[in-house]
Amino acid sequence: MSEFVNFHFDVDGDNFVSAGQASVKVKKNLREMGLDPDIIRRVSIAMYEGEINMVIHAGGGVADVNVYKDYIEIILDDHGPGIPNVELAMQEGYSTASDHVRSLGFGAGMGLSNMKRYTDDMQIDSTVGVGTKITMRVNME
Amino acid sequence: MKISDIKELLDAQVLCGEVYMYRDVFSACGSDMMSDVLAYVKDQAVLLSGLVNSQVVRTAEMMDMVCIVFVRSKQPTDEMIQLAKDYKMVMLSTEKRMYEACGILYSNGLVANGQKKA
Ligand SMILES: Nc1ncnc2c1ncn2[C@@H]1O[C@H](COP(=O)(O)OP(=O)(O)O)[C@@H](O)[C@H]1O
Ligand SMILES: [Mg+2]
Repeated sequence: MSEFVNFHFDVDGDNFVSAGQASVKVKKNLREMGLDPDIIRRVSIAMYEGEINMVIHAGGGVADVNVYKDYIEIILDDHGPGIPNVELAMQEGYSTASDHVRSLGFGAGMGLSNMKRYTDDMQIDSTVGVGTKITMRVNME
Repeated sequence: MKISDIKELLDAQVLCGEVYMYRDVFSACGSDMMSDVLAYVKDQAVLLSGLVNSQVVRTAEMMDMVCIVFVRSKQPTDEMIQLAKDYKMVMLSTEKRMYEACGILYSNGLVANGQKKA
């Protein structure tokens, strides 16, 4: 495998206030690396939605961002409840979020579709009762 | 328009970012649902919201926005103000409600779908 830069984060599932910190850090790091602003924005928004999902739906998890020469890979891995029907979950507007989460500004059912829209490739590997692993890729060009 | 014009038009209080008040802004977005804000990048520079939590500030940062306006006199926490300072943003608070605040800014030339000018 070619050389790459890795950023690794533990995402705390008990704290909605701090949710998104990893994504903000990634954005800062990618800026320092001098990458294209549009690519940075796509990577950080997609990761932010995924990070929020890990907090509100899965009790936290781990996030890795790997920067390769030609693409950036974002891997979000949790041991939450899993997604029973991925196709349904991907639909805009579908959400199992509580009213409480909605009152916090999330739970509009747009997260997964935003993630898909901002990335060039997205794979969801989810098993009910085991967890969810989402791998996204944004090409440099 | 400049952020200072937004302050005047909305009769708003400046909560932080005084030094960035003369930045030019061309477009804005108003919402309490953060995923809606995150859905389409159109180079909006200003976020109007009635929601008060750290995610509003992070969402604005994700979108490269430079100003947040809280409507209905909502007051952010110290933690949120600190985040906004870190991100070099202006935070304003106005008594006006969302519909009115957006209407005033829109009719004064702050559009929804701005193009960043040189
Ligand atoms: N990491 C996850 N673990 C378990 N369920 C998830 C996860 N991410 C998303 N989901 C499920 O998919 C649905 C849709 O997600 P999303 O599009 O982000 O909308 P929202 O987060 O607003 O509900 C969620 O309501 C939830 O049921
Ligand atoms: Mg979501």
